[in-house]
Amino acid sequence: MNLFFGNSNKPQHLTILAPILSFTLLILIWDIITRFSGWSDQVFPGPLKVFISIHELVLDGTLLKHTVASLFRVTAGFYLAIITGIPAGMILGRWKPGMIMLNPVIQFLRPISPLAWIPLAMLWFGIGDPPAVFLIFLSAFFPLVVSTMTAVLEINPVFFQVAANFNFSRFEVVTKIIFPAILPSVIQALRITVGIAWLVVVAAEMIAVNSGLGYLILDSRNALRMDYVMAGMIVIGLIGLILDFIMKRLGKIDSVFWGNISH
Amino acid sequence: MGHILIKDLNKGFIEQSKKQSMGHVIIKNLNKEFIDRRKKSRCRSDAVPKHNRIPVLDNINLEFLNGEMVCILGPSGCGKSTLLRIVAGFDNAFSGNVLIDGKAHSGPSSDHIFVFQHSSLFPWMTVKENVELGLRAMKDQEEKEEKIQEYIDIVDLGGFEMHYPHQLSGGMQRRAELARALAVNPDILFMDEPFSGLDFLTHMRAREEVVNVHQFIGITMLIVTHDIDDALVMGDRIIVFSSRPARVKMARKLDFPRPRDFEKQPELNELRSEIFLMLGVPHAV
Repeated sequence: MNLFFGNSNKPQHLTILAPILSFTLLILIWDIITRFSGWSDQVFPGPLKVFISIHELVLDGTLLKHTVASLFRVTAGFYLAIITGIPAGMILGRWKPGMIMLNPVIQFLRPISPLAWIPLAMLWFGIGDPPAVFLIFLSAFFPLVVSTMTAVLEINPVFFQVAANFNFSRFEVVTKIIFPAILPSVIQALRITVGIAWLVVVAAEMIAVNSGLGYLILDSRNALRMDYVMAGMIVIGLIGLILDFIMKRLGKIDSVFWGNISH
Repeated sequence: MGHILIKDLNKGFIEQSKKQSMGHVIIKNLNKEFIDRRKKSRCRSDAVPKHNRIPVLDNINLEFLNGEMVCILGPSGCGKSTLLRIVAGFDNAFSGNVLIDGKAHSGPSSDHIFVFQHSSLFPWMTVKENVELGLRAMKDQEEKEEKIQEYIDIVDLGGFEMHYPHQLSGGMQRRAELARALAVNPDILFMDEPFSGLDFLTHMRAREEVVNVHQFIGITMLIVTHDIDDALVMGDRIIVFSSRPARVKMARKLDFPRPRDFEKQPELNELRSEIFLMLGVPHAV
């Protein structure tokens, strides 16, 4: 039991050791498949070949360049979504007529995959960073608005009565109640949306730009370098893991952690 | 607890004793109705028919004196919480007059603090930050720190300043809330079933604490409770409501010395039996 729930007296060891074990196993299976599948190195490269390729790509700087390009787009689009989506969600959560009016529109636009916007995005913003940033913005904006709005609606109404009782100003209601109250849910939403944004950036880069990890994969496919394709995939996975880890840490800050208790 | 309080309070509450003239409440001809919305929507006409209105408070006339601790008893759902919310300014849909210190009331104010039935501490703030809310206006940081500490000490939460509410027990949360309410230095404190959900011993201790705080600070306190013993042990006066629509069934001054004891004060015990009977329990157990 302890192995699965980490309740043993050495949980730190387990949380590090167990993933190492599972990754080793994954690489092992990968190696076995490449050896016995009968596919050539060009079609399905083994772990060793891919790691050598990663090493090459790191040394000549292409991997860093493409990673930075992708991260820049995600960051730009994501921040745009944060600075527009969270305030929009807060307003809609506190302003009922606005919510009644706009919520159906948001729910209508939300299920449309950001990738469906690619033709329009290219037409409107041309080639380069802007269409990719726009797509990432779209992918993060709607989930953020909806979860912020829901979080605001779920604030215990007693807190607003306390605010009235303590003569809070409007500004204080926002900074002392609404913002901290929704923070746990918003961080949860950010964690999910950064994952979506990271998914979308790769797809966007395959079409509209000539840099980024998505472009690296597409370009390597055109050159029939499957080892580079897999190298790109591995880096995408690793960065996704790091992004998720950062977001998870944010949720553990003391003044945010209460959300884990009360929900 | 007692002497610590006296020592602390002599230091900090001298200015409060000057405020003794505040916190006087007069309720005149207060009526309140709830509209049954379900029935209303079925009815096509614009005018709401009489039978869809449910009277909650029926012609209440009461006066609460400065510094008085009044306990309001009544069967559950009779409207005692509603009355408290009206006096505190959270509910404006009523007819009649509510005068606080001679003025018709206008909405919630930091002079009349409401302690809610369920914990309303902000879970994202530490005990200290919660208590600080009532002292936001203070400019002098040092003086403010001192005040915060003073109120935390009154409710015996020293050492828990940096704890978040979810790290405290139920009883400690109530005490922290009391500290936050007192820090505002209100004229009136409203408490809606302040001890509900506490275990027996915590309940007893919290009750004692409220009595102590009231004796030292001397502000008007209105406490709604369903616990007859609480009311009899704490109140300077008790008011018993009838079931809905609430009318004042009994208003009695309690001139019994504290600490009160049902066994040593037979008259108090008699009154207890009487109220039990009045609220529908023939044999006080």
